[in-house]
Amino acid sequence: MDALLHISTLHYLVLGAALFLLGVIGVLTRRNVVVVLMSIELILNAVNLNLVAFSRYWQGAPGHFGGPGALHGQVFAIFVITDAAAEAAVGLGILIAFFRNKETVNVDEVNLLKW
Amino acid sequence: MNPPVATPFFFYLLAGIMIIGGILVITRKNAVHSALALITTLLAQAGLYLMLYAPFVAGVQIILYAGGIMVLFLFVIMLINMERSMKERQFNKRWLVGIAAAAVLGGLFITVYTKGKDLFPNGRMLYGESDNTQKVASLLFDRNTGTYMFAFEIASLLLLVAIIGAVVMAKKRI
Repeated sequence: MDALLHISTLHYLVLGAALFLLGVIGVLTRRNVVVVLMSIELILNAVNLNLVAFSRYWQGAPGHFGGPGALHGQVFAIFVITDAAAEAAVGLGILIAFFRNKETVNVDEVNLLKW
Repeated sequence: MNPPVATPFFFYLLAGIMIIGGILVITRKNAVHSALALITTLLAQAGLYLMLYAPFVAGVQIILYAGGIMVLFLFVIMLINMERSMKERQFNKRWLVGIAAAAVLGGLFITVYTKGKDLFPNGRMLYGESDNTQKVASLLFDRNTGTYMFAFEIASLLLLVAIIGAVVMAKKRI
């Protein structure tokens, strides 16, 4: 009970793993491309949560990498958010081009390059 | 600075909102409902960032994710005719394989976190500083301590490429 009530880094890591799994299930099972892209956003957010939790951990830890100024995890989270923005823009652009050509949004009908 | 109050309560509240929102994202038939559930998840995650003393990342999360990326998603959902896809099958033919692969991954996570939970002792509790944003900025921009200055410039180049790519992809005739 004490381990449940005392929130540590591990709690955030477990929450991040659960969100990552939800995202993986969404990517592997859904047919709608928009929902697949949203599941990818879920995965990226799970990673971000881990990064910020580790940043918090290192701020309180002693040593060469630790200390109050150890905000590297937060900086990485900002970079991941930048990548997510770029990925969403390009992915949705591809989706619009695809919809214009084939009038569908299902991933299993994307077989133009299939041999 | 005051010590935090009721940390377990808020952690479990926000974690529950995030998990429920994530489940709704991957199960709803209507993509607009999925997008709204994802926005709820992202806002709850911004709350968790605040609990981790990362106010700048929390602000970026709200402005960029919940404000920018999700509006982009909603626009595309409204551009694309979704009525037909809502009447179709929502899960692909190999969904069982997908669930099995995710279950294997979940087993891996459980193994790692049960065997390795002593690797993450609770760091010395320290309360957040008020100059979090300045410290993040000095890691990004400062001439002497800016470790990530080059990566920041590369990120701006990536955004430029993404803008051009999105415009070219969405053009009428490529």
